[in-house]
Amino acid sequence: MKITVNGDATTVAATTLADALVEMGYGDVKVATAVNEDFVPASLRATTELTQGDRLEIVAPRQGG
Amino acid sequence: MATFYGTEVSSRLMLGTAQYPSPAILADAFKRSGAGIATVSVRREAGSDKAGNAFWDLIKDLGVAVLPNTAGCHSVREAVTTAHMARELFDTDWIKLEVIGHMDTLQPDPFALVEAAKILTEDGFKVFPYTTEDLIVGEKLLQAGCEVLMPWGAPIGSGLGLSNIYGLRSIRAQFPDISMVIDAGLGLPSQAAAAMEMGFDAVLLNTAVAKAGDPALMAEGFAQAVVSGRMAYDADPMEPRDMAAPSTPLIGKAFL
Repeated sequence: MKITVNGDATTVAATTLADALVEMGYGDVKVATAVNEDFVPASLRATTELTQGDRLEIVAPRQGG
Repeated sequence: MATFYGTEVSSRLMLGTAQYPSPAILADAFKRSGAGIATVSVRREAGSDKAGNAFWDLIKDLGVAVLPNTAGCHSVREAVTTAHMARELFDTDWIKLEVIGHMDTLQPDPFALVEAAKILTEDGFKVFPYTTEDLIVGEKLLQAGCEVLMPWGAPIGSGLGLSNIYGLRSIRAQFPDISMVIDAGLGLPSQAAAAMEMGFDAVLLNTAVAKAGDPALMAEGFAQAVVSGRMAYDADPMEPRDMAAPSTPLIGKAFL
């Protein structure tokens, strides 16, 4: 299905957030996620179903002031 | 010692982690600064290159407490979602809450700031709000559940120092028992010392150190200024006066 990942149009075969993260190579990467602007905790990724057109944000620790 | 939400911090200097020439220089600056709290952010992970993991390993090695921010957020929803992502990533309920209202000055949007602070406090966060010196906004933030206020010295990254001395003195006097941090706008150690002499509990800065020609040296300069300024505050300084008062006794002076 087609979704948007960090602003970029992306096609994924996975139907859950957890599987999509693994499919995109984030399986063992320290990230946090939001779907359609709402935070999705790591504990809910396996049961969070993705649907066509979802907007997924994947963030990681970065430098900040 | 400064206390933030019941946590004692030995250093009154809080340091940002952005804009350093290299990770090694960042680490060196932190060691020289003695800072006990580092601000960090969350940003989009570009691909699966694990840049976030590498940065996180660097911060963990510093052995400091981490204060994630919501930098760049312009709405309540954006800030709240970012805070939740930061809490999970950094495993801390501390959040430096920034809700920006003006692009050129990066002045906080006080209305959105108060609303976001209330939501996050109810969600269990310990909120460090980046605010102005406005007394009413300060009062509303405390009512929203904040136990720390972080008024700006000047616009972020400007290096202008304490642009409204009267306003900062007022907010310090208005909330004498609240931990208060001067956040943003400092460019020189003398400005940090001035903030500490006014009785602020700590200062938070980033650009002044990261963009100095020698960040580690500037970090130590700020560290010493913060200590000196606090010593002066604790020492109960003399009152200034308009006219001279001779320090050398007149009694006993020879008649010549």
